[in-house]
Amino acid sequence: METLFAVLVGVLFGGATYLLLSRKLVRILLGIAILGNAVNLLIFTAGRLTRDVPPIIPVNSYLPVEATANPLPQALVLTAIVISFSFLTFFLVLGYRAYQELGTDDILEMRVAEPKEHHEPPLGY
Amino acid sequence: MNTLILRTVAPYLTALMLLFSVFVLLRGHNEPGGGFIGGLIAVSAFAIYGIACGVSAVRRAMKFHPMSIAASGLVLAVLSVLPSLFLGQPAMTSQWYAVPFLGTAIDLSTPLFFDVGVYLVVVGAISSIALSLEERAD
Amino acid sequence: MAATKTAIDLSAAMVTQAVPLADWLLVAPILLTMAGGALTIILRKKSAAQPWIAISVISLVLLSNIALLNHVLSNGVVTMVMGSWLPPFGIAFTADALGALLALTASVATLCVAIFAMNSIAANERRYGFYPFLLMLLCGVTGSFLTGDIFNLYVWFEVLLISSFGLQVLGNEKTQIDGAVKYAVLNLIATTLFLAATGLLYGLVGTLNMADIATKVKAFDNSGPVLGLATLYFLAFGMKAAAFPVNFWLPASYHTPRLVVTAIFAGLLTKVGVYALLRVMILLMPEGRDWLASLIGVVAIATMLTGAFGALAQTDIRRTMAYLVIAGIGAMLSGIAVGNQVAISGTIFYSMHSVLIMTALYLLVAFMYQMSGTFSLREIGGLYIRTPLGAGIALILLLAVAGLPPFSGFWAKLLLVAGALEADRGWVAFGILASGLLTTIAVGRIWIFAFWRGGNENTVDGIQALPIAGSADASDVSASIWLPLIVLTALIVVIGVLPEGVMSISEYGAKTLIDPTVYIGSVFGGAQ
Repeated sequence: METLFAVLVGVLFGGATYLLLSRKLVRILLGIAILGNAVNLLIFTAGRLTRDVPPIIPVNSYLPVEATANPLPQALVLTAIVISFSFLTFFLVLGYRAYQELGTDDILEMRVAEPKEHHEPPLGY
Repeated sequence: MNTLILRTVAPYLTALMLLFSVFVLLRGHNEPGGGFIGGLIAVSAFAIYGIACGVSAVRRAMKFHPMSIAASGLVLAVLSVLPSLFLGQPAMTSQWYAVPFLGTAIDLSTPLFFDVGVYLVVVGAISSIALSLEERAD
Repeated sequence: MAATKTAIDLSAAMVTQAVPLADWLLVAPILLTMAGGALTIILRKKSAAQPWIAISVISLVLLSNIALLNHVLSNGVVTMVMGSWLPPFGIAFTADALGALLALTASVATLCVAIFAMNSIAANERRYGFYPFLLMLLCGVTGSFLTGDIFNLYVWFEVLLISSFGLQVLGNEKTQIDGAVKYAVLNLIATTLFLAATGLLYGLVGTLNMADIATKVKAFDNSGPVLGLATLYFLAFGMKAAAFPVNFWLPASYHTPRLVVTAIFAGLLTKVGVYALLRVMILLMPEGRDWLASLIGVVAIATMLTGAFGALAQTDIRRTMAYLVIAGIGAMLSGIAVGNQVAISGTIFYSMHSVLIMTALYLLVAFMYQMSGTFSLREIGGLYIRTPLGAGIALILLLAVAGLPPFSGFWAKLLLVAGALEADRGWVAFGILASGLLTTIAVGRIWIFAFWRGGNENTVDGIQALPIAGSADASDVSASIWLPLIVLTALIVVIGVLPEGVMSISEYGAKTLIDPTVYIGSVFGGAQ
């Protein structure tokens, strides 16, 4: 099962990298979204997969009665999901604003901060 | 959205969802639930109200600015860390006080206040985003 | 709940003995900045009161950090676990000399920026949240320096990242949005890679507590996965720290936000990347560092040279400074590449110096802009006559960033070069010195053009040109601008003249990083 998930993580990373290398901002944002999910799946898989056994201790005992799923990666993934979700909303707004202000979604044409024409620094003195 | 049915139902639906969000928040102690998910339910309640009756109605209903709600939640969460300072314990150590109430005992604890803080932060922050997006759509 | 609690013996899982009050200094900066940030959000409409709230909160943080450093120096590494859960179950906050020193320096820089911003951030930008973001940024940065848990480090990275996004677009100008796209995308990819590496590390050793990781990685007999992880961490933190060749987001974005904002970015953000590299490479995976040493060395020299040549090639002073940030990062990386105790203490000293000097330099640029109304090296000029005091401060700061004596940068570079020579890595020492020479030329040009030359580019020597339109008189400059500049300059001079204190703290920090027994002992109460 872990092998299958590892392959899936690899596929997601590959797809995300492909999208991140694109020139279109929207594709880059999609790449970031996929990258975040790939990492979440990676953490989940790294914590070892156990089926059908939630990590809940029964009322009358102090230890789980059988080997349970590892709750820590789930907590980590939950944190990471919340963070990547909020970053993605920020990016969507930023991308939209960039498209409005700069009139392009092609990153090679976003040259307002770094204009194309090069000014030589003063050479004398 | 200007449909009569939604506008009639929305206030009741919102009230019910807000009540449910508090239920989820309090349930979060020993069972699935908690401040984060409760806060999200409350935000969706406000969002439905906003879709039905407009953003300004929601802002009036919320009374305080969403960012102030979020900030007060943060303050509450920070305060819930402090009690262990006075007991010589590490930060965030949970403190429990059973308060008798109508024959039963209610457990008041610092994790409860922390969770309420999380609830308020989520309600404030997400509804602030949702309302400004809805405002733009109008 | 209360009934079941008494039935079990919790001493195996929880801290049962009383915790000294001084240990609370570990969480005090975080609680203070968080509460202060919330307070400034609630009072966002009172834009006159905001700076004062922020300044008093940051002053409290500063005092608490002084006390923390003092506590660490007299008692060794300090640990506190959240919620009383014993490590590795609870999240541990652990301060060693490195973390405490950087946290203290960060609060000094933030305080200076908060004071400087009183005059340079407009009231409507305060309402958009300059001070709340500044406080949350400090919260994230101090949290990163003081945490002892690698996933918690990731969370603090995100806290500082989201606040920096807010600060970056403050003002909502075209160039800012352009810069923000590049800054945000690259930094988010870096933190995502960091998270991926952390997930894999957890899969490998089954723990997130740094002291526990250090112990378990050492006992791990298969070195392949550890080396792979070290490389991934190096890439992730290298991106954050702006190391060559993943540094191009920095000059693309650092000149776009408000200059006070850039001052705090240049002072703190890249240094958090360097700090994380120190932690991971030296404390957690020394084996990975040994394996990567040559690569880190090459990257360090390439970074230094990119920074120095880039600084020489710029016309815009803001962008020159951005390249100087990069040159400094290269110097810090060279210490990690060498890896002996002298070089690591050099890196720690340089990080501390770099926080102060880069904040001060960007504040100086803001001051120069106020005096002259331009950022271009061609148009600026004649500042010496109008503000001799400003020219003196500028000379000190510019010489200090190039690493000339008697200022703080000199001692840091001395330690780095001495460490490189001791470890028989002469080429690293050569790289440090060569980039120092080039940096000296670059900063010398800035001072000559902006201060010494009588006016703009074609001014004949010795003739005072007319003041440029939109520029201010030195008497108009308010105390809130002079004070931070003078304080930072004074610190740089004092550390340069009396370096023994910082040097011994850096050495102590380096010692605990290289030999983590004290660190591990502090977290696990000497049980291991």
